[in-house]
Amino acid sequence: MSYQPIKFYQTGTFTVGNRLLAPEERSVQASAKRFNSINSGHRACQGCGEALGARYAIDAAMEATHGQLVCANATGCLEVFSTPYPETSWQVPWIHSLFGNTAAVATGIAAALKVKQKKAPHGQEIRVVAQGGDGGTTDIGFGCLSGMFERNDDVLYICYDNGGYMNTGIQRSSATPPAARTATTPAVGVEPGNVFGQGKFVPAIAMAHEIPYVATATVADLRDLEAKVRRAMEIRGARYLHILVPCPLGWGTASHDTIRMARLAKETGLFPVFSAEHGEQKSALAIRRQLPVEEYLKPQKRYAHLFAPTPRVEVLAQLQALADRNIKRYGLLDGGKQ
Amino acid sequence: MLKQIEGSRAVAEAVALCRPEVICAYPISPQTHIVEGLGEMVKSGELQGCEFINVESEFAAMSVAIGSSAAGARSYTATASQGLLFMAEAVFNAAGLGLPIVMTVANRAIGAPINIWNDHSDSLSMRDCGWLQLFAETNQEALDLHIQAFRLAEELSLPVMVCMDGFILTHAVERVDMPTQAQVDTYLPPYEPRQVLDPNEPVSIGAMVGPEAFMEVRYLAHAKQLQALERIPQLAAEFGQQFGRDSGGLIRTYRCDDAETVVIAMGSVLGTIKDTVDALRQPENGGLKIGVLGIVSFRPFPHEAIAAALKRCKRFVVLEKSLAVGSGGIVATDVRMAVTGMGLQGHTVIAGLGGRAITVKSLAALFEKACAGQLELTTFLDLDWKAVNKQLEREKAVRRSGPIAENLLRDAGVVAARNY
Ligand SMILES: Cc1ncc(C[n+]2csc(CCOP(=O)(O)OP(=O)(O)O)c2C)c(N)n1
Ligand code: SF4
Ligand SMILES: [Mg+2]
Repeated sequence: MSYQPIKFYQTGTFTVGNRLLAPEERSVQASAKRFNSINSGHRACQGCGEALGARYAIDAAMEATHGQLVCANATGCLEVFSTPYPETSWQVPWIHSLFGNTAAVATGIAAALKVKQKKAPHGQEIRVVAQGGDGGTTDIGFGCLSGMFERNDDVLYICYDNGGYMNTGIQRSSATPPAARTATTPAVGVEPGNVFGQGKFVPAIAMAHEIPYVATATVADLRDLEAKVRRAMEIRGARYLHILVPCPLGWGTASHDTIRMARLAKETGLFPVFSAEHGEQKSALAIRRQLPVEEYLKPQKRYAHLFAPTPRVEVLAQLQALADRNIKRYGLLDGGKQ
Repeated sequence: MLKQIEGSRAVAEAVALCRPEVICAYPISPQTHIVEGLGEMVKSGELQGCEFINVESEFAAMSVAIGSSAAGARSYTATASQGLLFMAEAVFNAAGLGLPIVMTVANRAIGAPINIWNDHSDSLSMRDCGWLQLFAETNQEALDLHIQAFRLAEELSLPVMVCMDGFILTHAVERVDMPTQAQVDTYLPPYEPRQVLDPNEPVSIGAMVGPEAFMEVRYLAHAKQLQALERIPQLAAEFGQQFGRDSGGLIRTYRCDDAETVVIAMGSVLGTIKDTVDALRQPENGGLKIGVLGIVSFRPFPHEAIAAALKRCKRFVVLEKSLAVGSGGIVATDVRMAVTGMGLQGHTVIAGLGGRAITVKSLAALFEKACAGQLELTTFLDLDWKAVNKQLEREKAVRRSGPIAENLLRDAGVVAARNY
């Protein structure tokens, strides 16, 4: 197959098209032989970022482990839309136990595999991925997650962050951004939408556990996401990957805008994309062309109250300040504060 | 080998002989000594091929066990009281998924008011969770039941709770006969899972099930417990043949042949009851025709075995360390169901809640009353009515009567309660 060498202006980014890359550098998703770990035919909404993120991430993990992977899944959209039994989308061994215990279930699987491997060593080791939504991760599953981190269990935990409890009808979680409208933070009253000064950013809390690897990603940067999964699977111990996955239903966006929304979240600085090892930031995915937060907020119905009937200039300024703080904190304009 | 050791240590050693592969530990009295013992055995290398995980909660303990069991490892944990409640969601889940986890419950009361002492409220609160529940009468039986429990759990793909009275058994130093590794290996074959997370044969476990199949899945859980009704006596018999002693089974009767009155109970209190019955059967004490029925298997509940054992009696007294608040007895309800249509007089006695001592003296008076046909339907053994009435009066008199438990403690003038 012929390919063009990478031109200078494209280096250092992960947005380069596969067409321009040597076959071995192409994304896992570009291969016809990709695992399709979560197969087509599931019941996610059209344009679901979570379905996309899970496919990217689990396929990359499968690639990295040569198909020797076990998945534990929290209750939530991903679990519900992927297993309308007797149909299941999963081409990997997969278990769903509860909403809030996925990290612990994964710990148990990893422990069992470790014992089995010691007793009867077989060539390729089996690795474990746990996955859940933001609610299952940052709220109800947080105790088990922190325990898994603190013990440094050999588990990659992936959080698909769509900013709310989507499966139960779009309620606020501790990952719901300020000002966003959800069913439990309605766009009414003097401060419509989710309040400022609340919520938590779990990647930073994961870093505070000083686990070997923490990273964030979005479904807009496929190659960055895959590279992070690959890196995570090279490492032993507790690893955490937090992926921003737009939800057309919950965000009130067009289903064809999922990738664009994820990209805008990153390009405005509202969602910092970076990696960290043992508590220290190692890299940041640079903002290519910084955009004002309005560009990201305006297409989303969950922020409609910020623009009409009267523009909420002060709220928009507050959100811009959050983006600016992220840019500074994570060095998003200069590719990380090495 | 005969040993003089603490009940918890005996259970830890028995569990180790069962070659567990993953053990999850979280401290709560009176269960702690068991997992401490196991942790030491793993760390010292005495127990090989086992991962010992210090988890951050009981909810995590059961969840780790769910993961390890689903990945094909023999999995064990232990808890009590608040810990069992804290893991409740995962307890149901383990049974629903059909994972043969074995768990010791060192039975303890449930708060509020917080209380570390023994009764059966904890495991009985999980009555309908789908786990088998076996109650040990002695430390020897606790030890033996764990060996049987792994076999039973793995044969049926159902989790089993081995319940032993907190402190009374867990902390009592007694003589036990500890089997050898070879004996246990003969009785308990390696774990062959029915379902396992294996990349070479990927399965999805824990899918959503709607009305089209949920009833059937639940019925199958029930059917498995009915299978257990058959397997429990068989496994106990096999155990008896191999180890040379009686342990386990569904129920055990004592001096029931000619008994007109049969006292029914679970756990260590059976010892005190038997002593009392022996005394009451003496001619100088009236020669009462009274016997004892101990329930080993609370789940599955042995309806037929109990009915058969009560065939010749006139009345039964269920003495239980649990209370269905707002209704009465928990065990008694099941017993009444077992004897439906037999025309027996039944009594419920709630006793020993929160570690209240059950004395021979109180039992003797109670049983005499029962044999004379004078026992009420429901009795609260040794309840301090004065204290209760005082608080009721107080609540009538003042609106802001204050916290109940603290009022009672102040009235009693006792400074003895400590929290662990
Ligand atoms: C203990 C418990 N509480 C609540 C629920 C209800 N519940 C199921 S899924 C869900 C929302 C999931 O939100 P999230 O984890 O963010 O995943 P998403 O659906 O957004 O992908 C909730 C609240 C449950 N299943 N279990
Ligand atoms: S509600 Fe959102 S997360 Fe759930 S399936 Fe639809 S788009 Fe995906
Ligand atoms: Mg969510």
